[in-house]
Amino acid sequence: MSQAKVPAWVNIALIPILNILLAFLVSGLVILAIGENPIEAAGYLIYGALGYNEGIGYTLYYATNLIFTGLAVSVAFKGGLFNIGGEGQAYIGGLGVGLICLSLDHTMPFYVIAPLAVIGAAVFGAAWGYIPAYLQARRGSHIVITTIMFNFIASSLMVYLIVNWLKEDGRMAPNSRTFEENAWLPYLHELFSPLGIDIGDSPLNLAFIWALLCCVFVWGLIWHTRWGYQLRTLGTNPTAARYAGIDTAKVTIWAMLISGGLAGFVGLNEIMGVNHNLLLNFTAGYGFAGIAVALMGRNHPIGIILAAILFGALYQGGAELAFEIPTITPEIVVVIQGLVILFSGALEHMFKDRIEGFFIRRAVA
Amino acid sequence: MFETLILMLDATMRVSTPLILAALAGLYSERAGIVDIGLEGKILGSAFAAAAGAAVFGSAWIGLCFGILASVSLAMIHGFACITHRGDHIVSGVAINTIVAGLTVTLSMHWFGMGGQTPALSGDARFLDITFPFADALQDVPVIGAIYSNLLSGHNILVYLAFAMVPVTYWVIYKTRFGLRLRAVGENPHAVDTAGISVSFIRYRALIICGILCGLAGAYLSTAHNAGFLKDMSAGKGYMALAALIFGKWRPVPVLLACLLFGFLDAVAVRMQGVEIPGIGQVPVQAIEVLPYVLTVLLLAGFIGKAIGPKAIGRPYVKERA
Repeated sequence: MSQAKVPAWVNIALIPILNILLAFLVSGLVILAIGENPIEAAGYLIYGALGYNEGIGYTLYYATNLIFTGLAVSVAFKGGLFNIGGEGQAYIGGLGVGLICLSLDHTMPFYVIAPLAVIGAAVFGAAWGYIPAYLQARRGSHIVITTIMFNFIASSLMVYLIVNWLKEDGRMAPNSRTFEENAWLPYLHELFSPLGIDIGDSPLNLAFIWALLCCVFVWGLIWHTRWGYQLRTLGTNPTAARYAGIDTAKVTIWAMLISGGLAGFVGLNEIMGVNHNLLLNFTAGYGFAGIAVALMGRNHPIGIILAAILFGALYQGGAELAFEIPTITPEIVVVIQGLVILFSGALEHMFKDRIEGFFIRRAVA
Repeated sequence: MFETLILMLDATMRVSTPLILAALAGLYSERAGIVDIGLEGKILGSAFAAAAGAAVFGSAWIGLCFGILASVSLAMIHGFACITHRGDHIVSGVAINTIVAGLTVTLSMHWFGMGGQTPALSGDARFLDITFPFADALQDVPVIGAIYSNLLSGHNILVYLAFAMVPVTYWVIYKTRFGLRLRAVGENPHAVDTAGISVSFIRYRALIICGILCGLAGAYLSTAHNAGFLKDMSAGKGYMALAALIFGKWRPVPVLLACLLFGFLDAVAVRMQGVEIPGIGQVPVQAIEVLPYVLTVLLLAGFIGKAIGPKAIGRPYVKERA
């Protein structure tokens, strides 16, 4: 079957849109089943996510996390690796950010803390990706299983560290003290207001810009470097990669380091940007949502930005929706997310083969 | 000391039960070549369906039927994606887990409106503990009394069923024609196909068994171990069962031992909370909680033995084109 005869827009646009529509259709049926009007629900959802400045700000704030985890999943995917441990890597990345902020916020100015926090997030996240990567590359243990295990290990480790070491003295709440303001990432609405632009109060902060820069970085790395070529070769055909003299173990390990580092940046947005202290469970499933984002976005940075904004809109709109129609919970968004993974991931061949076949036949005729 | 040990072993049996059921479920699926990350979602889905059914109809048995139905349906979605459409097994499992995590809360809010819970179950709506004959009479006999009356007696039927499933699984997998074919499908599906047996049909049947066992595990959580459904109540048990499956190297008896070990560690963690050990001091609970995962990673890395899975696992079977 020759891929070349299928027009590019079919793979880039038609099939993803068809999959997402199917996911929405099934979600609509779920909403119908619980006795609400799906069209009305969609209206609230869209207005809540995109109808006013503050809503857009929240949408982009959620999208920031999803861009990071989506990129993390896709870099590993490109090398044929399934990094299901984004959740744990993001968690530990947040630890790196938190430790930098807690130790330097009394003494250092923002422009020293910020780059160190970026490095902290990347190094801690990458370290958490390194061990499963090493075990996969050198000892042949399956990365999916080890990264799942490392999610649980990360979770226990963070509970231990926060409850026993980092908790504020004399307080019951399991989180660290609040950082001084010089360790806060500035909110975008604060940056824009001196320019006379009002974008509405929202948690959207500088991490969003960093997320966009990461997209450019990943795009350049994967499609415009020698290493990126090696990674894609490994992902497409590991045997060919070995014959071509590519050190597959090394590429595997580096792919997971970069993937883990990218996931770790969720800590920048959450810890330094919004919560301003180190707390439990701030990753809130973004690591898993990154899988849906990467699948939707076809593992391409532009696709990932679009998919992350779509899912960000669902998060924000879903919260708004639950407010307007109390019988619908925000968890409906999780259902939609799962359906997207099902249709554009697990069932990708269901439409793809038929649609491609249709276009090939038409091209031949 | 002896009494403490009996109490801890008793707790081990209760905690291990869902792990044993789920790990055996995974064993059928993975031995047939289908990776099952979706154990977690099936347990959660069944826990919800069982609690909802038991709450509405007032019978734990009807609840169990609903639980199994929900779990088998999810297993069939997994099969439809992985077997019929040759999708990625792991992506499909993640999808199922995600859908169930959202759907259970959404539906329970709609049906019961209690913030994602089901009503508390009591009486016939729960599986109650069974007392063995003469258990009360033997209570005071030293050693035997403690073991018979306190450890073995006094569990609900699903606990005994879980332990009974181990020899049954051993017999099915190693001693029946179906078991032989199931293992062959996981190792070398081409050979099975050449012999004129449908690879897809065997794999679907393995997934149905997988669904039934996960259904039992979920129903145990919500209608026997607890009295109702709570949001995310499976709490990683599916993943721990997966770890136990690997730790037991995909074989029924070692899998049982792995589940008991993990269950025992859980009992130890609860017991050790705030206890000073001479010479070491307090052992953090998290350090014990994390042991099952650390041990599994070490095993996978080949530091303690070697875990080699079924050969054709995770690979969709494609008949050669004519």
